[in-house]
Amino acid sequence: MSETEPVTFPQDRSCPYHPPAAYDPLRTTRPLCRGRLHDGRVVWLVTGHALARTLLADKRLSTDRDHPDFPALAARYVEKKKPRLALLGVDDPKHREQRKIMMPSFTLPRAVEQRQQIQEIVDERLDAMITQLPPVDLVSAYALPVASMVMCALLGVPYADHEFFEEQSRRINRGPAPEDVEDARSQLEAYFDELIDHKLNETVPGNGVMDELVHQHLNQGKVDREDVIALASRLLLAGFETSANMISLGTFTLLQHPEQLTELRTSPEFLQPAVEELLRLLSIVDGLRRRATEDIKVSDDTTIRAGDGVIFVTSVINRDGSVYHAPDTLDWHRSARHHVAFGFGIHQCLGQNLARSELEIALRTLFERLPTLRLAAPADEIGFNSGDEMFQGMTELPITW
Amino acid sequence: MHIDIDRGLCIGAGQCARAAPNVFTQDDDGMSTLLPTPEYGGGGPVHLAVQSCPVRAITVVSED
Repeated sequence: MSETEPVTFPQDRSCPYHPPAAYDPLRTTRPLCRGRLHDGRVVWLVTGHALARTLLADKRLSTDRDHPDFPALAARYVEKKKPRLALLGVDDPKHREQRKIMMPSFTLPRAVEQRQQIQEIVDERLDAMITQLPPVDLVSAYALPVASMVMCALLGVPYADHEFFEEQSRRINRGPAPEDVEDARSQLEAYFDELIDHKLNETVPGNGVMDELVHQHLNQGKVDREDVIALASRLLLAGFETSANMISLGTFTLLQHPEQLTELRTSPEFLQPAVEELLRLLSIVDGLRRRATEDIKVSDDTTIRAGDGVIFVTSVINRDGSVYHAPDTLDWHRSARHHVAFGFGIHQCLGQNLARSELEIALRTLFERLPTLRLAAPADEIGFNSGDEMFQGMTELPITW
Repeated sequence: MHIDIDRGLCIGAGQCARAAPNVFTQDDDGMSTLLPTPEYGGGGPVHLAVQSCPVRAITVVSED
């Protein structure tokens, strides 16, 4: 265990697909060390792969975000008015009740069924993008609309409202002020509240997750209205910008690795391992938060104390050299198996099967349709998210073909 | 091969069905379940499924 000065967390990446150089000390002090958050609070940073999987499955680490001592990664995320939370943000047994309601909608067979619909969305967005004169911004012309159309179709909300969603999601993730985050949340909740009434009055229910929640759970008294709103908000926030950022940052990363991209283009059988490797390498959700509810003895001389904040630094965990050979290299010939980009334990990403389908289809179709796709600006001049945002990724991606 | 799936733990992540698609699937509740006629393929995929399960819900009770 290192007794050195805690490392500030989070920090900005210097390359959008690599962890910040400032995290280098974390790589030499695995499996955990001390970190310092924006408010000066000292927390544990988990950085070793085996320990991360053990601790992410440990029930003594809580995700209860209502607790006043739950760690926050930036000041704007400290909300005065605590929203009703769902799934990530609540512990068992409440979490398990909610997860069981959602499980049937997110199975692997269901994700396979959704592939055709995703393909149609991707084709439509590419058709629309290609009619524009390049250069175009891949983030706004492709990544965001694809992710938001998939999310609208999944939830069963009208795509006509997508700009509203995108705007509230952006404000919840970026603020800039805590008031912006709170206001965006309230607006989203009010929207879903209204949508519930609309769904209740429908004579022929749709087939989205919201329809199932309203007609099979709310109507039968299995959940209350606030829970439906919390679940819908959670799904939207967890599934929209994550997928969008993986599409655009995945594209950028592949364009920066021409040899690997050529192989992927000529050998489509590498698509699945390539997506898995991108999930590992990019680790766009970099900093999973927990709070210890009891003392947890990690080794003879290290104990996480009850009340301590614990942060899982996925970008460093997923580059643990004892698990992944040449961990900083994009290489789908070495298995990316058991990465924690979707987390681990009871909160492991509910939408991961859908996300994989979406990424495979979005990336494959993009590079198939545009064989001459390339950056329209020098790579080091293209903007990407700051380290304290919930998701890492490109703010823009000027491309041409 | 005798495999035990703890439905009290299963969170429906589907990682078993991804790792060993000839052995596991998910039922209408999203719970992990064995296919009617599982093909174990030497056991490798099953052990991968065991390791991939985020809540350690799968146990190989006996290899034969």
